[in-house]
Amino acid sequence: MNRIPLIHISRRKDIVWYKAWLIRIIAIILALVLCGIITMVTTGLNPIKVYAAMIDGTFGTTRRIWMLCQNIAILLCISIALAPAFKMRFWNLGGDGQALMGALGAAAVMILLGDKIPNGLLILIMVVVSIVCGAIWAVIPAVFKARWNTNETLFTLMMNYVAIQLVAFFVIVWEVPKGAGKIGIINQNTNAGWFPQVGGSKYLLNIIIVAVLTIAMFIYMKYSKHGYELSVVGESEPTARYVGIKVRKVIIRTMVLSGALCGVAGLLLVGGTDHTLTTTLVSGRGFTGVMVAWLAKFNPIYMVLTSFLIVFLQRGSGEITTAYSLNQSYGDIITGIILFFIIGCEFFLNYKVSFRKSHKEVA
Amino acid sequence: MDKQSPILELKHITKRFGNITANEDVSLEVYQGEILALLGENGSGKTTLMNAIAGIYYPEEGQIFVNGKEVSINSPKDAYDLGIGMIHQHFKLIDVLSAAENIVLGLKDKRRYDLKAAGAKIREICDKYGFDVDPNQKIYNMSVSQKQTVEIVKVLFRGADILILDEPTAVLTPQETEKLFNVLRNMKQDGKSIIIITHKLNEVLEISDRVAILRKGRYICDIKTSEADTQQLTDAMVGHAVTLNIERKVPVDPKDKIIVKNLTVRDSDGVEKLKNINFTARTGEILGIAGISGNGQKELLESIAGLQKIETGSILFVNEDGTEEELVGMDPKKITDMGITLSFVPEDRLGMGLVGNMDLADNMMLRSFRHGRGLFTDRKAPYELAEQVVKELEVNTPSIRTAVRKLSGGNVQKVLVGREIAAAPTVLMTAYAVRGLDINSSYIIYDLVNKQKARGVAVIYVGEDLDVLLELCDRILVLCDGQVSGELDGREADKQKVGLMMTKLGGAEHE
Ligand SMILES: Nc1ncnc2c1ncn2[C@@H]1O[C@H](COP(=O)(O)OP(=O)(O)OP(=O)(O)O)[C@@H](O)[C@H]1O
Ligand SMILES: [Mg+2]
Repeated sequence: MNRIPLIHISRRKDIVWYKAWLIRIIAIILALVLCGIITMVTTGLNPIKVYAAMIDGTFGTTRRIWMLCQNIAILLCISIALAPAFKMRFWNLGGDGQALMGALGAAAVMILLGDKIPNGLLILIMVVVSIVCGAIWAVIPAVFKARWNTNETLFTLMMNYVAIQLVAFFVIVWEVPKGAGKIGIINQNTNAGWFPQVGGSKYLLNIIIVAVLTIAMFIYMKYSKHGYELSVVGESEPTARYVGIKVRKVIIRTMVLSGALCGVAGLLLVGGTDHTLTTTLVSGRGFTGVMVAWLAKFNPIYMVLTSFLIVFLQRGSGEITTAYSLNQSYGDIITGIILFFIIGCEFFLNYKVSFRKSHKEVA
Repeated sequence: MDKQSPILELKHITKRFGNITANEDVSLEVYQGEILALLGENGSGKTTLMNAIAGIYYPEEGQIFVNGKEVSINSPKDAYDLGIGMIHQHFKLIDVLSAAENIVLGLKDKRRYDLKAAGAKIREICDKYGFDVDPNQKIYNMSVSQKQTVEIVKVLFRGADILILDEPTAVLTPQETEKLFNVLRNMKQDGKSIIIITHKLNEVLEISDRVAILRKGRYICDIKTSEADTQQLTDAMVGHAVTLNIERKVPVDPKDKIIVKNLTVRDSDGVEKLKNINFTARTGEILGIAGISGNGQKELLESIAGLQKIETGSILFVNEDGTEEELVGMDPKKITDMGITLSFVPEDRLGMGLVGNMDLADNMMLRSFRHGRGLFTDRKAPYELAEQVVKELEVNTPSIRTAVRKLSGGNVQKVLVGREIAAAPTVLMTAYAVRGLDINSSYIIYDLVNKQKARGVAVIYVGEDLDVLLELCDRILVLCDGQVSGELDGREADKQKVGLMMTKLGGAEHE
């Protein structure tokens, strides 16, 4: 009974920012050390070289840096789209589907209207159609939630599969050549509907657009009336009603925004870089984006960092598995460990662990 | 209570939360067979200190002795093993289980599988102390007071000799409080020690043997109850002399402001919550609503605020020029857009009036965020308002940027009332505005309400303390079972009569 606990865990009230960052940096260093040990034990490779290969794989050439930025841009675009929904406690797991619908919309316009109207007008229609498609995909579960309080988690999740099936269907409808089972590059000869290159790179425009959207989203969430309303709705619906906020309207409006921005991500993929449509075009970013948003606590500016981290890990681990012809799981293990430490350090950001000295004195 | 050795002794207890010191160097003794009242202003660290004894928090410094032996209490289970049990303000019961199941839940030994034997022991405890509990009744079927009884029996079942009750009477009707006190007296007779926290000084004087006073986390003194009076306790708590009286001025030129006619409201299950209510609230007047809580007060205020679906009836707002506007069918935003400033302090502070996770400034913004220019909120005015409320109402908070959830109960209430009054309302409605508030803060609130009255505001004050209602209000409307049981002049009404009207429609008329 009389044991004085050696370690005592208590909740932190607040933490100064430099301490928080120190804890995070320590977590990353620990993760790297552990990964290094595992690398040595399991593969016999020099971990420093492996890390160098990771860095080289992501930053090594100009092309690689462009690819890195492009990947960050698309992931970030989906993440900032999810942020307001999550802040409102609307668990939008349908980012994949919404982005895919945006992509489908853009591709449809390119295929059906390409060459028939001036390019500027074509791109404008693409923008509108993909935003509308993404928004529709998001607003359906939102309306059901607002009207009948259905569970949005399952609903948005299922909408992903519907979107994939729809895209699979249209891929067959528009396949080139017949029987190929894929669309290939759309308007390869005319480049109709392709976004103009800025600064000689097809990636730069996407990056600029996402950067602007990120800042806009930050301002929207932090300083706008809408942003305030959606955080009140997320925290407490009775309070929202008490001050006359229309809860249904806010849910639907926020999801329209969320879906529209996911649609933009699909648009950027089709019109800006890939110029094609496949069912795997979005490649799970709707889910990775959830992690990016959570890690950044729904702050769009922090999301730049977290999406960078995740893309870096993905590309870096992909690089080392090919460079050293390792098993694909090896990269996953490294990514897993690093994420584990980064998420795990949240515990130390929220709780203080103190060692208690015994107070016992001989009476 | 002669010079026996204490059953529980705290020595130099210090408990901090980050850079806030909730308890500082507190030393306290509890003797066998006594009822000790713990008194202190909101945020003075009463709950924190008791949690340290009950194993919820672990103090940074200090020692705890039980029966003269130093102990280390790391969990509620440790506390139980030492014979210490705490009844928290928020009950920790599982709704779908029965009383008996809840009581044995979490016990390590085999007894928990033997509900029958447990039931017998529960009955034995109930008979011994005079509790009224059916072991097989499910929690969700119970009233607040019954749930509290289950919590107390649960603690006794585990063999507690020291019972801690944190504001047990805050949620009870006067009758229920009397019942609780009888039980406590029986337990004391049986040699149990009881620590009770309450803000109601008449209760302190009625039930306790000794009063210990905390101020700003520090132990101030203890006083024998037989030698104490209200004024002395209040002064010791606050640290300086305070005046404890409510001024009731004669209303100046009252005019009809809110006219409620034949109002009927049903809840979502179709049960009638309000039946054919009629009354008028006038400017420069405080209309008190008396009644046992849950008799339609909440629905009544929410109807006026535009938060209730109304079955039939009308609620008229009278403009300056005498024209009338119908409020039925409006929502809070529409009411504001009509140019009516209607302030409302709801009963559920953190669930409805405020957002717990937002800081003080952002909570001030709830009422004013629409005032910003264009798409954006104005963040400066709410911040300044928060600073002003903190200063004027003496809110105890680390900063304006602290989440409201982290404040103590009384301070949360001050933030809410401060914001609602700052809107310069024409109608002010408050529900249990001083519930959980210490006596000094309560008088600050009465004073604020009176100032609104002097400004010509129509005040509707829902209260539970009859003494205060009779001292503060110009007119009193008594509700019973969703109906108006009667309307009285506040200056002439007597307590007995109001009490009767609360429990029986029409009250004394039927005598
Ligand atoms: N979990 C917590 N984290 C941070 N601060 C806390 C916590 N609990 C209490 N405090 C702070 O400690 C101080 C004492 O709080 P406590 O709840 O013990 O007061 P109290 O005397 O019970 O007040 P009340 O009469 O309002 O219930 C307050 O300033 C409060 O803000
Ligand atoms: Mg308390």
